[in-house]
Amino acid sequence: MAPVVDTLRLTAEDAIGLVQRGDVSAGELHAAYLEAIEERDGELHAYLRTVEEADGASIPIALKDVISTRGVETTAGSRILEGYVPVFDATVAARCRAAGLTLLGKTNTDEFAMGSSTENSAWGPSRNPWDPALVPGGSGGGTAAAVSAGLAPWGLGSDTGGSIKQPSALCGNVGLRPTYGSVSRFGVVAFASSLDQIGPVAKTVRDVALLYSIIAGRDRCDSTTVELPEEVRLPEDERVDGLRIGVPRQLADLDAIEPGVRAAFERSLELAEELGAELGECDLPLSYRYGMPCYYLVAPAEASSNLARYDGVRYGLRTEADTYDGMVERTRDDGFGPEPKRRIMLGTYALSAGYYEAFYGQAQKVRTLLIREHREALEPFDVIATPTSPAVAFPIGDKAADPLAMYACDLLTIPSCLAGLPGLSIPCGLSDGLPVGLQLLGPQFGENTLFRLGHALERALGFDTVPERLR
Amino acid sequence: MAISRDEVLHVARLARLALTEDEVDRLTTELGAILEAVGVVAELDLVDVPPTEHPLDVVNVWGEDEPHESLPLDDVFANAPAREGDLFRVPPTV
Repeated sequence: MAPVVDTLRLTAEDAIGLVQRGDVSAGELHAAYLEAIEERDGELHAYLRTVEEADGASIPIALKDVISTRGVETTAGSRILEGYVPVFDATVAARCRAAGLTLLGKTNTDEFAMGSSTENSAWGPSRNPWDPALVPGGSGGGTAAAVSAGLAPWGLGSDTGGSIKQPSALCGNVGLRPTYGSVSRFGVVAFASSLDQIGPVAKTVRDVALLYSIIAGRDRCDSTTVELPEEVRLPEDERVDGLRIGVPRQLADLDAIEPGVRAAFERSLELAEELGAELGECDLPLSYRYGMPCYYLVAPAEASSNLARYDGVRYGLRTEADTYDGMVERTRDDGFGPEPKRRIMLGTYALSAGYYEAFYGQAQKVRTLLIREHREALEPFDVIATPTSPAVAFPIGDKAADPLAMYACDLLTIPSCLAGLPGLSIPCGLSDGLPVGLQLLGPQFGENTLFRLGHALERALGFDTVPERLR
Repeated sequence: MAISRDEVLHVARLARLALTEDEVDRLTTELGAILEAVGVVAELDLVDVPPTEHPLDVVNVWGEDEPHESLPLDDVFANAPAREGDLFRVPPTV
């Protein structure tokens, strides 16, 4: 008789303790999670597929379905990759394997990680564990829902404009989008390569820091990666005396921020002050006016180039036709869903002759301004704090017919992504019974500072990451 | 910042998408609205601002030129829709 493990509250750190002490075996723990998935994932649809056998000696992990896993189908939430079984591991998957982590399954995502709700998945939406009528956020809604519902101790997501941080906020857990260049994207289905980053999702800041330490660092297969300038430190301090936090003045004028989100955000700032932090105001005026427009030119442009590889020749879907051109065009029309098509079209337009300078060229210059603006804003501060998402989780179907309303979900997460900066989202309270995320932004490679503040706040906040209806 | 139906068809050809009539109609409307929203970047005077080439201030990293093993051919073709010998088979190009 295997020991009973309640996965609902189990942190990765505690799970590792159980395995190291020999209280459970890696296989038993893996099986306990599969049982929880069997019990609760019919409703949530966090997983696209699970892996039956534990293939390591440590604890399980869930990987977003954009991460290539050798021998395990990887679709990026798209019909065009249905049946695609990678013949190699992404570097992050290989590093998890080398650390003994067992692959529990592949989690749902908006198609090609394009979306803020997982409703764009070709395989149907995931649901929010706090209320299954609501979205879990996106694109990494599957990983976030799995962690919140105790269907994985931790997982990896990918973040281009908020796809780790926003679902973590909406599901009430901790997500890190690392500094651009700190984690390898080799073997991860590419969306917008100047923005894509891989990062951890877990129930605690310490778990996120631990998983980050496993995946980060230079990889010869991704030339954008560098060695971390300092080792990852697992945070321990209860206080943050002297830590300087900047709050953008412009937040006051953003009507998109719901009152309940604002209230939880402000309470967490007061708490940070009680923990010894010094608060001040900073300015990010261009970021909130031009961040979203800039992102929706740069990211689709890069996506249109990255997604050109899906041509029905080497892998993935092929729709037969009499000619090569006909085969390629029909394959792409059949294989891509509405959102990738929108972005491919938008990006192709922005890069096309006659429009390149006015759109893509201009956006790349705006990006320079946003990078400068963040650098200046961070100069007198260690961390910038904002809400992660302007709103809590919304009903499935609410924004599905309005692309611009969906794009606006990432208003607060996008600017720092364009600037290549790390961002940590931690749950900071509830609004109408739904989780609110606090976004902590730091300078490049400032992850340790984010972990330190995030951990101290997490302890002081005492947020229960288990959704009320599952307690 | 409207986009015409002809422009949508032109971009679809560039993007190699055989869109249906319905898709062309929908995208004409949707792209028009999106282009209007993102078009606000035009209001900034950025003549003296350099475009971003890389989000980090990094210098090039050189790697040793070391030969590595390639994937076995059977792995390379494992996901191919059609294979003929050691080639990917496709319909005639002309």
